[in-house]
Amino acid sequence: MLKDITIGQYYPTGSYIHQLDPRAKILATFAYIVGLFIVDNFFTYGLLALFVLACIHISKIPIKYMLKGLKPLRVIIIITFIINIFMTSGETLFSIGPLNVTIEGLYQGTFMALRLMFLVVGTSMLTLTTSPIILTDGIENLLKPFKKIGVPAHELAMMMTIALRFIPTLLEETDKIMKAQMARGADFESGNIINRAKSLVPLLVPLFISAFRRADELAMAMEARCYRGDTNRTRMKQMIMTGRDYKALSIMTLLMAMLVYIRVSF
Amino acid sequence: MDKMIQVENVTFEYTNNEKQVIALNKISFEVKKGEFVAIIGHNGSGKSTMAKHLNALLLPSEGDVRVQGMNTKEEEYLWDIRQVAGMVFQNPDNQIVATIVEEDVAFGPENLGVKPSEIIERVNNSLSQVDMEEYRHKAPHLLSGGQKQRIAIAGVIAMKPHCIILDEPTAMLDPSGRREVMKTIKKLNEEEGITIINITHFMEEAVEADRVIVMEEGNIVLEGTPREVFSQVEKLKELGLDVPQVTELTHQLKSAGIDLPDDILTVDEMVMNICRLK
Repeated sequence: MLKDITIGQYYPTGSYIHQLDPRAKILATFAYIVGLFIVDNFFTYGLLALFVLACIHISKIPIKYMLKGLKPLRVIIIITFIINIFMTSGETLFSIGPLNVTIEGLYQGTFMALRLMFLVVGTSMLTLTTSPIILTDGIENLLKPFKKIGVPAHELAMMMTIALRFIPTLLEETDKIMKAQMARGADFESGNIINRAKSLVPLLVPLFISAFRRADELAMAMEARCYRGDTNRTRMKQMIMTGRDYKALSIMTLLMAMLVYIRVSF
Repeated sequence: MDKMIQVENVTFEYTNNEKQVIALNKISFEVKKGEFVAIIGHNGSGKSTMAKHLNALLLPSEGDVRVQGMNTKEEEYLWDIRQVAGMVFQNPDNQIVATIVEEDVAFGPENLGVKPSEIIERVNNSLSQVDMEEYRHKAPHLLSGGQKQRIAIAGVIAMKPHCIILDEPTAMLDPSGRREVMKTIKKLNEEEGITIINITHFMEEAVEADRVIVMEEGNIVLEGTPREVFSQVEKLKELGLDVPQVTELTHQLKSAGIDLPDDILTVDEMVMNICRLK
């Protein structure tokens, strides 16, 4: 039952965007986020919307699936909208009790809500088109220059990899322990929240103990295979930026230039 | 130099709950290049502790361990020793690092700083030696125990070791997985000339070795070819160890007054000897 959980939200379709170098995608996503904050009118939002729709189309990911990512955030989006409506001063449209709804507020609220939605859809583009492991490699590679100022790029990536590797193993184990406890009469499903939380203790204790033991053995196995951190380490898979990566980055730069131009001149 | 491993007067002590425990007590033995040695003994006999001394995961309290002449106590040799003497552990799940089979096999050579093009070549070779090429893009958690253990072996072979130490590699596997792993180990020993040290508590596996070392409470109590060791049925039973089924049968037939040689190890030999009886 627990095995069905997928890691990350990777949605493989093998599209052009999927095949891009992870570094190019991460950089483009950063540019996109910055771009979102440059935007200050609805016309440029329209431009961004076109860009995002084009990306979704190229990635072959169903739009419905993309929008699903917004669902868990709807509360935050609605709260942002409401707060902005009431808290912005300006020409009063109508009032509810002591609260004034202003035209500027309505404008600002819609604006902020849109910004949040664009943020979520745009960034999930990255996680949907890049497998977690490739994403990790990309992050490690991009953080490399910052190693000099003490950013543990390799260590972070290694931790990510090991976490991804052990999630299915630990899920499987949780399933096993749960069944073993259920066979002896444990009840994980009934009772109120407190009772249910209590019934998780006999599940979590053995799980933690086993995770520590696994960590111990894994560390020993890694040492036995000459692991010594980042020193003198090579990688089998080399990341190489190709023409299409530069093309994608150029398109992104062009879009950014347009956004800045519009912002400055209008 | 035809000595792979020399263990001289090794003692290993540690404190557990303020009690001094002697896990290894002045042990000495040697392993020749290309040899297949099995170390047997029941739980707590010190055989796993011994294994961890052979590639410097543990250092002796007294005495010396030398791998191809390199003393494990000298830090400058540490990585050379671990490259020369690879190690496979008991739990296949807890020694696979990467999320994709081929990347896990590449882990060792990557740590050694091997050139990317050569890593790919080594990964290809190692996977074909353990017969797992078709699984190279699979996630390890989807494989069976025997397959995972073969991946672990491939990960060690990719480091081009001269010796592989296996610490109860089949203890967590089902019979078919056990056979897969044993077949792979034998093949590596015979075809590639890799020295094998197999720590096990399955007597059927020990029979396949060139030499058997029996450990008990941190001491070596018996040593010799499988024939020499397993013919001492009484002594092995005293130590709480099983003997291979065929040996057990010989022993019982002999005590029932049937005249058979002591050193029968395989079913075929048994058939031959029984047919010779009048």
